Amino acid sequence: MIASNETAKSSSETRRIKLTVLRQEGPGKPKRRESFDVDVSNVGGSDNVISCLQKVAANPTTKDGKASTPIAYESGCLEEVCGSCTMVINGAVRQACSCLIDDYAPNDGDEIVLEPMSKFPVIRDLWVDRRRLFNDLKRVKAWVPIDGTYHLGAGPEESPDDQQTRYRLSTCMSCGCCLEACPQYTYEDLDDEGKAPEGAFVGAAVISQARYFNEHETGANLKKVRLDELSKPGGVSDCGNAQNCVEVCPKEIPLTESIGSVGRQVTIHAVKKFFSGS
Amino acid sequence: MVAPNNQQRVIVVGGGLAGLAGTVRIAESGINVDLFSLVPVKRSHSVCAQGGINACNEVARQQGYSEFEHFEETVYGGDYLANQPPVYEMAHMAPKIIDLLDRMGVPFNRTAEGQRDLRLFGGSLYKRTHFAGATTGQQLMYALDEQTRRYEAEGKVNKYEFWEFLRPIIDEDGRCRGIVAQDLRSMQIRAFRADAVVMATGGPGLVFGKSTNSVMCTGAAAARCYRHGVKLGNPEFVQVHPTAIPGADKLRLMSESARGEGGRVWVPAVKNGNGWQPHPDAGRDPRQIPDGERWYFLEEKYPAYGNIVPRDIATREIFNVCMDGFGVGGGNMVYLDLTHKPAEFLETRLGGIMEIYRKFVGEDPVEVPMKIFPGVHYSMGGLYTTYESAEDHKGMVKGAPGNMMTNIPGLYAFGEVNYQYHGANRLGANALLSCIFDGLFCGESVVGYTRDMVANPSAKLEQSLYDAGTKAEEDRQNTLISSSGDENPYHIATELGNEMTAASTVVKTGPRLDKARSKIDELRERFTRISLADGAMWSNQNLSWSRAVDDMLIMADAMLCASSLRKESRGAHYREDFPERNDAEFLKTSVAVFDWATGRSRIEYEDVELGLSKPRLRNYAKAGLTAGSDAEKNGPETSDDPKASVRNSDPNGEPDINGKKVGAAAVEGGSNS
Repeated sequence: MIASNETAKSSSETRRIKLTVLRQEGPGKPKRRESFDVDVSNVGGSDNVISCLQKVAANPTTKDGKASTPIAYESGCLEEVCGSCTMVINGAVRQACSCLIDDYAPNDGDEIVLEPMSKFPVIRDLWVDRRRLFNDLKRVKAWVPIDGTYHLGAGPEESPDDQQTRYRLSTCMSCGCCLEACPQYTYEDLDDEGKAPEGAFVGAAVISQARYFNEHETGANLKKVRLDELSKPGGVSDCGNAQNCVEVCPKEIPLTESIGSVGRQVTIHAVKKFFSGS
Repeated sequence: MVAPNNQQRVIVVGGGLAGLAGTVRIAESGINVDLFSLVPVKRSHSVCAQGGINACNEVARQQGYSEFEHFEETVYGGDYLANQPPVYEMAHMAPKIIDLLDRMGVPFNRTAEGQRDLRLFGGSLYKRTHFAGATTGQQLMYALDEQTRRYEAEGKVNKYEFWEFLRPIIDEDGRCRGIVAQDLRSMQIRAFRADAVVMATGGPGLVFGKSTNSVMCTGAAAARCYRHGVKLGNPEFVQVHPTAIPGADKLRLMSESARGEGGRVWVPAVKNGNGWQPHPDAGRDPRQIPDGERWYFLEEKYPAYGNIVPRDIATREIFNVCMDGFGVGGGNMVYLDLTHKPAEFLETRLGGIMEIYRKFVGEDPVEVPMKIFPGVHYSMGGLYTTYESAEDHKGMVKGAPGNMMTNIPGLYAFGEVNYQYHGANRLGANALLSCIFDGLFCGESVVGYTRDMVANPSAKLEQSLYDAGTKAEEDRQNTLISSSGDENPYHIATELGNEMTAASTVVKTGPRLDKARSKIDELRERFTRISLADGAMWSNQNLSWSRAVDDMLIMADAMLCASSLRKESRGAHYREDFPERNDAEFLKTSVAVFDWATGRSRIEYEDVELGLSKPRLRNYAKAGLTAGSDAEKNGPETSDDPKASVRNSDPNGEPDINGKKVGAAAVEGGSNS
């Protein structure tokens, strides 16, 4: 073990932490808190929140010795590229997979509190319904309008700087952290298709995706449509500039820069429309 | 072209690269697609792919590379177990696939001039890997996810996300006519009609407990097809990636691109008269270890390819040095060192994996060598498929309904769940290619088949066929829920993973494999006595997982059975008791058939379709892997192929070292890095 990693060394033996989860058996069901004792160590790899939830699933007995059920939650890649396991951990939204127990509960008896995101309807326990986000991506036509998949040569050339800008925007995994942290993005009941009522704020992730496609040569062919959509109530002007989004983004996407950029695009678009009368 | 019947539908199961590419191609043809996925498709496991996607490109071409070279590297790297015509077709379509992804807006890394940048990858001496940082899979996935969303907005694609595939519906004639699936929120079990079904359900990494795979990669969907009559091809071939970082919940991949970009693998050691020995002080800071006490074992043993030998070879070497006591700190770890590279270079080209290492290990690979060990990564084997071979083995017949169809008509397998293309060992950056190739090229075959079925659509079949499937799955579920024994499905899965990792990964032996089969029998017996901790009929993940464990046990048995019977070593399948490749007996595909009566696997063998590249032993110590093809018999594949004369000059099929020295040198003059 190298010198810079002394803290991990000192906590290498097994210890017991307390995992408290805000649970709900389904929509409309009562909420309750349940705590579990979980043994963690960093032998054979550090424990994280997901590995703790896996341990609870294998032995769902509460701290008080009561038989309970495995906790429902979404997970996927466990390396912070799929966006599945977003939850509120000790009051702050983040990915559960990259939440290392050594950092969050370094000592025996430390507690970690898990809650579902509050801006989306709960399906069960920590599992929430994020269809609203994917539906909003449809609203802003978050795609490049190519002429089909048959061979038509290469795409547009791009400078390395432009590529690096777009690449950062493209790493958005639709995890919803920025939406949970945003004061203007509020909880809404969703319809059967998972859509929020008209006028509900789309949030930073969707605005940033609109910027991503507007900055691609072919993607820009739909720029006006995107800006029309983001000029409406619930669009970019709903942003209250709290800047929480950029603070919590696990991919460090420059979300406020995106909101600023799209805000300017919307203004220019509106002025042009005013003078062209369309 | 025949206009499609607007009542006809295709079901695609799985929303990773293969499933989405197929969905887009089929929807584009005018046939509506119902897309089923365990997770929102954007979260599929393909996002984990890091390094890149291979294709011949103009720079490599001018250095002497070609689609044919790509094809030969792939079959040679796969130790000749791949059927050659599909690989030939894939390598030739690869440059067009890159162009398409480029048009879709994938942010491929760029050179100073704005061209797509390239890097080196395992098993090749040419730069032919296109990449977007070190999150190439994520970027390609998103491009296809966006195009799918576009068709969804147009009403051509209907997504069923959080739906689990339970079984194929097969009619009296043995044709696949739909599926039974379950909504994982409401737990409703329903049958769906389809005129063709595409399985694009990925790999079975979780059969080995911890792997580099995502949590949904249980292989259960493939096992459910297997139970219902679909054969498996080469289930014994599972790739163990050389460089992963261990975690309590999974093994996290450190991309081969780390080595492609110059990363060096080494262990602390001292050299004396007896060669390299483990260093007595195991606890040293790697940064303080002098160069003379670092054993760069891959570079020493494989001078031509060094750190970019194919994965099966790198994995065995890393495994062996650790078994010989060279592991870092005496444990199972070696160093993967990038600290000699500039920080900005690493951030631009490998940022994604640098971030994963920092977040999950807590050290910065720019400053300190990474500690890595092999981990189960990819299954070359999968559902058995057929194809229609083109003339002289050169590719497949475009649009032919039989391409990548399983032995059940109307049921296709695309992507990792398809056993084609990679033989006994997959080359790095060929997986993304094979997934998208299946979706695009073989998607047309699905369209062709569906059009052929226009007079006999599934919409006209009796409802009883579908009700029977639904009922059978409801019964299976009820059996699970009502079971009240003393066994825990999570513990069974853990024991399964431990046993499979110990018996059937880097080194296998006959007796150990047989012991593992007995263990699987024991676990299957114990599984009949499980009890679920959760009996709820709403969003019951406990139920879904337990059912998958039952299917994983079946998949494990097929893997072990085929491993036990393949008494040779080839690619990722290394038998300590049969260390040599044995072409006379085993240059064959293992075809596993599930026997309902015994619940066991039966293995049959089928010849591999060769014809373009003549099998020879691999030797990555020397440059010259692919020259010496069977060109004399088949002739050069194109008259303007600059390497054709080289191959023709070598009628005995021996490696032509001179022919490849050009390539080895060309790497240095490759694209901007």
